[in-house]
Amino acid sequence: MKTIWLRAAPRETESHPDATQVDAAISLRRRHLLRAGVALPLSAAAGAAVIRREMPWQEGTASAPDAALPGKAAKDSGYAFLNAAEVAFLSAAVARLIPADDLGPGALEAGAVVFIDRQLAGEYGRASRWYMQGPWAKGEKTQGYQSRYTPAGMYRAAVREIDRAVADEGRAASFARLAADDQDRWLKDLEDGKPQLPTLDAKGFFKMLLQNTQEGFWSDPIYGGNRDMVGWKLIGFPGARYDHSAFVGRHNERYPLPPVGLKGRPEWDRRKG
Amino acid sequence: MATRLPAVDALVVGFGWTGAILAQELTDAGISVLALERGAWRDTSTDFATTFAQDELRYYWRHELFQRAAHETLTIRNNATQTALPMRTLGSFLPGTNVGGAGVHWNGQTWRFLPSDFVARSHNLQRYGKAALPDTMTIQDWGVTYDELEPHYDRFEYLCGISGKAGNLKGAIQEGGNPFEGPRQREYPNPPMAMTYPPTLFAEAARSLGHKPFPQPSANMSQAYTNPLGVQLEPCTYCGFCEKFGCGNYSKATAQTTILPVLMRKSNFTLRTECEVTKINLDSSGKRAVSVTYVDAAGDEVEQPAELILLTAYILQNVRLLLLSKIGRPYDPTTGEGVVGKNYAYQITSSVNVFYKDKVLNPFIGAGSHGMLIDDYNGDNFDHSGLGFIGGGFIGIVQTGARPIETHPTPDGTPTWGSKWKRAIAESYLKTTSVVTHGAVMSHRGNCLDLDPTYRDVYGRPLMRMTFDFTDNEHRMSDYLTERATELARAMKPASIKVNARKGSWDVVPYQTTHNTGGAIMGTDPATSAVNRYLQSWDVPNLFVYGAGAFPQNPGYNPTGTVAALAYWSANEIRSRYLRSPGPLA
Repeated sequence: MKTIWLRAAPRETESHPDATQVDAAISLRRRHLLRAGVALPLSAAAGAAVIRREMPWQEGTASAPDAALPGKAAKDSGYAFLNAAEVAFLSAAVARLIPADDLGPGALEAGAVVFIDRQLAGEYGRASRWYMQGPWAKGEKTQGYQSRYTPAGMYRAAVREIDRAVADEGRAASFARLAADDQDRWLKDLEDGKPQLPTLDAKGFFKMLLQNTQEGFWSDPIYGGNRDMVGWKLIGFPGARYDHSAFVGRHNERYPLPPVGLKGRPEWDRRKG
Repeated sequence: MATRLPAVDALVVGFGWTGAILAQELTDAGISVLALERGAWRDTSTDFATTFAQDELRYYWRHELFQRAAHETLTIRNNATQTALPMRTLGSFLPGTNVGGAGVHWNGQTWRFLPSDFVARSHNLQRYGKAALPDTMTIQDWGVTYDELEPHYDRFEYLCGISGKAGNLKGAIQEGGNPFEGPRQREYPNPPMAMTYPPTLFAEAARSLGHKPFPQPSANMSQAYTNPLGVQLEPCTYCGFCEKFGCGNYSKATAQTTILPVLMRKSNFTLRTECEVTKINLDSSGKRAVSVTYVDAAGDEVEQPAELILLTAYILQNVRLLLLSKIGRPYDPTTGEGVVGKNYAYQITSSVNVFYKDKVLNPFIGAGSHGMLIDDYNGDNFDHSGLGFIGGGFIGIVQTGARPIETHPTPDGTPTWGSKWKRAIAESYLKTTSVVTHGAVMSHRGNCLDLDPTYRDVYGRPLMRMTFDFTDNEHRMSDYLTERATELARAMKPASIKVNARKGSWDVVPYQTTHNTGGAIMGTDPATSAVNRYLQSWDVPNLFVYGAGAFPQNPGYNPTGTVAALAYWSANEIRSRYLRSPGPLA
């Protein structure tokens, strides 16, 4: 049913302009076009994809997403980008940002660290869509991200610099080893931009960390986070469903169906052990 | 040296909504049309199929359908005392790339501007006097009237199958529609969309305050529709992945779902993709465009001659191409002289979150243009005497679908993370909605576009520089709209509300709207406009410039309906007059 329109034929009148229109076109050509002289054939546009008289479609070209599941990483550690210190830092930080509690699992249990690892190892981590040419300036608050760091570079520097600052404070050797209350205090200070870190803006890093943690909690499970759709279950979001038409008019009723992801339901893909 | 190809009759630069409309109209007139698109071919079944289209991370947060800033961005600053810096990643607005342009990921909110919007300067002068318009406010009349555009609005609405309810049929006000709209010749092609709970609650509250709420006109289909070209669209499924996403369901009007199945099969039309136009070349007189230079996928420079050149890219590319090609006098904000880059404007928005404890709202059900609105405070629909501003905006609830990474409001006083935040999210998500305001931005002398002196794109060309901030007029107007929205939100009898007023300078980071306007404005005087009332360049008559760049200021509605109506209006003039006798049309 969905492809009916692809077969819709042009109406006759659309492809056969009336005589006066053709006359008008000929008049335009007489005035200007025929000066063009010796013409190269159209195939001279060799460096372009030339599309004529068709709606292009090729079997097997659908642009499916790149999944990023645990276990796919090449390194022995199971992580594609993060080193051990970074895994420890992020495991502690995401567990404070979205904690496990009586409402259910938090960001750590949802796989947010795996999610962030896969993101930093990929296009996002390299800022490959971002404009990263200099010169560089700090800029106004309203001018947005102006750091020289890519997201991957930002995480690498931030964990190193924050762990160093924590050690200098003397309560623990690193952020991950602090008590939960002290971790919260550090996160709050980063959010407020208080720590003076050597090469980066604390506030900017915190903003990125919080955003990526929430992404790891609520994005589709194919990206490594939101394991068993715990983020979606917490709030009642039904996931990657594409037809709610039967429920539009059912006001003030709880949506009855469990969430689904792009690969289906959690119980279809449960990993043992 | 660039390879020179044989000439074509008409050349379309950029293949989104306006490119498709112009190519369809001019091929119908019998001339050959070549479209050059910097991006790739894309279509529903291969690029946004329902099996993977509902992916918030990939499409919104990782910008899969949008322009790559690495390839082209612009520099931004709030005023001339600041140094403009590059927008390194997209935020406030989301220009498109690839076939269909931003028209693939638009919401489908399809409006007509008010009759008074087209004569904003003379209308406000007449009603409120000279003192109401500060010297720095550079608003102008459009040079085209609502009545002239009406048949062309109608054409686009029937092409798309807009779902809605007329409020004014040939002067007779219609129950259930927008009573403030200009007269329309006939009803919308499709009935309004079915409504979810929050817009329904808003409409009840608005009626209780004496307003006349109406369904938002929508390019999402309320039922199956076959358009005048014979192309068929399918009923919307309210999946909630519409704005910022491609529709996998053939339910949102785009170039792909309304025009391309017919246009692409025509023998007098050719599309070349991955060809980015870098310059428009003039003859020695400087009054005639002879060709464009583009860079193809192989990285080679190609010169493509054409008799008629139509700039149909996004406003930011159109204006930049004019500046880079030295066509039209660049605008100088210190003298107010010059035209290209003048009167850049945007949109000002605010919201009021509405929190219930006893109502389940299911905010994930939605469509791009699915809401109930009031228009009492738009344009000059209300008396501005003594208010200290002109212009206005619509107010209402538009349920586009609460994808959770983007939309998870919490009541006032909630921390931004941690256990208390998590509890607030869990309690609020299904029971929260938002009343939004969508306001006009008048043009001002200092808000403009020019070429950046420092930063370059991948081809080494200067980036465009945007100098923009909201002025007192916008802040006063937005505050006024936000107060009205707050009254409406309270009338919905929620447990609590949270007011998100628009304060301070324009910020490039949070998404606001992709409603950039101006820079190549239309008008009746070459000294104050870049194109005439048919969107024809005053300086180079075989060059036409389309899109919201033509807006002399930005009214309080989404732009696409008017962008398309102007394209049809101009195409009609090219077909009926220009092709017989090429030359200035005004």
